[in-house]
Amino acid sequence: MATSTIALERAVSSTPAPGRGTMGRLARQRGAIVGLMVLGTLVVLAVGAPLLNSRDPIKTSVRDALQPPGPRFVLGSDQFGRDVASRVLHGTRISLTVGLIAVSIAALLGAPIGLVAGYYGGWLDGIVMRVIDVLLAFPGILLALAIVSVLTPGLTNVMIAVGLSAVPTYARLVRASVLSARENLYVESARAIGAGDALILSRHVLPNVVAPLIVTATLGLGTAILSAAALSFLGLGSQPPLPEWGRMLSEGRDYLREAWWISTFPGLAIMVTVLAMNLLGDALRDVLDPRLKT
Amino acid sequence: MLIYIARRVLAVAPVLFGVTLAVFSMLFLVPGDPVKIMLAEFVTTPEQIARMRAQLHLDEPVLQQYGRFVGNALRGDLGTSIRSRRPVTQEIGDNLASTAQLALASMAVAVALGIPLGLIAALVRNSWLDVASMGVALLGVSMPSFWLGLLLIFTFSLHLGWFPATGGGDFLHLVLPAVTLGAIASAIIARLTRSSMLEVLGQDYVRTARAKGLAGWSVVLRHALKNALIPVLTIFGLQFGNLLAGTVIVETVFSRPGLGRLIVGGILAKDFPLVQGTVLFVATVYVLINVIVDVTYAVADPRIRLG
Repeated sequence: MATSTIALERAVSSTPAPGRGTMGRLARQRGAIVGLMVLGTLVVLAVGAPLLNSRDPIKTSVRDALQPPGPRFVLGSDQFGRDVASRVLHGTRISLTVGLIAVSIAALLGAPIGLVAGYYGGWLDGIVMRVIDVLLAFPGILLALAIVSVLTPGLTNVMIAVGLSAVPTYARLVRASVLSARENLYVESARAIGAGDALILSRHVLPNVVAPLIVTATLGLGTAILSAAALSFLGLGSQPPLPEWGRMLSEGRDYLREAWWISTFPGLAIMVTVLAMNLLGDALRDVLDPRLKT
Repeated sequence: MLIYIARRVLAVAPVLFGVTLAVFSMLFLVPGDPVKIMLAEFVTTPEQIARMRAQLHLDEPVLQQYGRFVGNALRGDLGTSIRSRRPVTQEIGDNLASTAQLALASMAVAVALGIPLGLIAALVRNSWLDVASMGVALLGVSMPSFWLGLLLIFTFSLHLGWFPATGGGDFLHLVLPAVTLGAIASAIIARLTRSSMLEVLGQDYVRTARAKGLAGWSVVLRHALKNALIPVLTIFGLQFGNLLAGTVIVETVFSRPGLGRLIVGGILAKDFPLVQGTVLFVATVYVLINVIVDVTYAVADPRIRLG
């Protein structure tokens, strides 16, 4: 863990602040364009879900159970006769919301912690870093699992758990950016002419933090959607009959042989969504923060 | 070197202390009375609840409880599962081998796929092969493991009948879960190997080796790859943690016994001692693996221990 912190600190040192020309450089990245187009489509689908598919994603109709994809059910129907297309479409809303809320929790809690710890240093920083080290000792989804087990399973608690479990990552990232920004000569000169902490933090330090934060949040959106779907797949997140992608996959698991479409389309939806965010995140990183590249 | 190792090992102590504190406090962060939640499925009398509270030592002062928790854990006692009434360490023991096999086999798959993929991509930079390899890697990073697992079951179990779909035990049961988990981890390793290799290939000593007239493959394998793999080693530790956590999902997909399913089952059954004990165990293993990786890293790259 110690080494990875060093690597991270080295990686984020002296990154350019986002500014003019960023959009132009971003527009030249093929990945960014594809990612943005897919994400835009997903947002339109999520907002317009009820208009685009008038079938109720929750109402069951046993007569129509397990219909293969065809003219009546474009993506087939599930074991309760619900339209898979309608469920996948409505699932877009849930997954995008869950991802956004989880990342917001992580960034809104993690960034200030990292900012304060990195800027003031000393014992405060020491304590924060020790706590972060402890939280990072729970690998991957394990911390989210532990939080869900405390909060009891459910979609809201999954958002909170996924968000909270990412707080250490954001705090550490922001702290590392602040540490390198603090060393800049212009921060020293600002202090020399009597600028206060608040002014230095907001005017000189924050802009250096924004670029890596945007990159991490974009990539984190994909990870959050993936984790939340995983928790729902395990039965710890959304409860039936909500059309949530992870839950749909786990329900379709029992019908893999006779109705592959029940689990295939939600799986595809998760992958396309996460892929789009990764494409966009990678492109943003190349433009804003080339040193973060792994 | 010894000093570095000693420092690294000592640094672990406070982290593990914090981990025990975090796991211990899980029971106190539960909204409501944990005993009532745990016994919610059973018809209980107030005496039974009181007995349970005494059994879990919840009637003692918190500090004493924590001391007991850490003391017991150090002696290898992680409490008793509420559901099975068996010691948690016994439950972990029964499931450990299965998860360890899966994690190691997945790691082997990840390395066997990831390093060559990243290497090839770096060597033919910006060619269609590079774009294709990195495209596959990006797909792998974005793929939910539970979906990949289902796709593999669909193709190789239900259609081709090559491997069993669910369960654990022999080698055949291990193949699909290991490929599921390993393929996804390999994507990250491939991306890292590529960028690390590109950096090393631009170094002076690689150019010198080339100028000396050494064969291309010799330069790549003996001079470049050896150094390019050092950063990959760090990710190895992190990836191992991800694999450990990933077994939670993959074990559920393949209905395979293991620590991951133990945790999920424990959460669903509100078996807090089981969840606490298993989470504590997995986190400790992860921390220790990272120490081993850090030390190996220092052996491989003297700049780390001297810097």
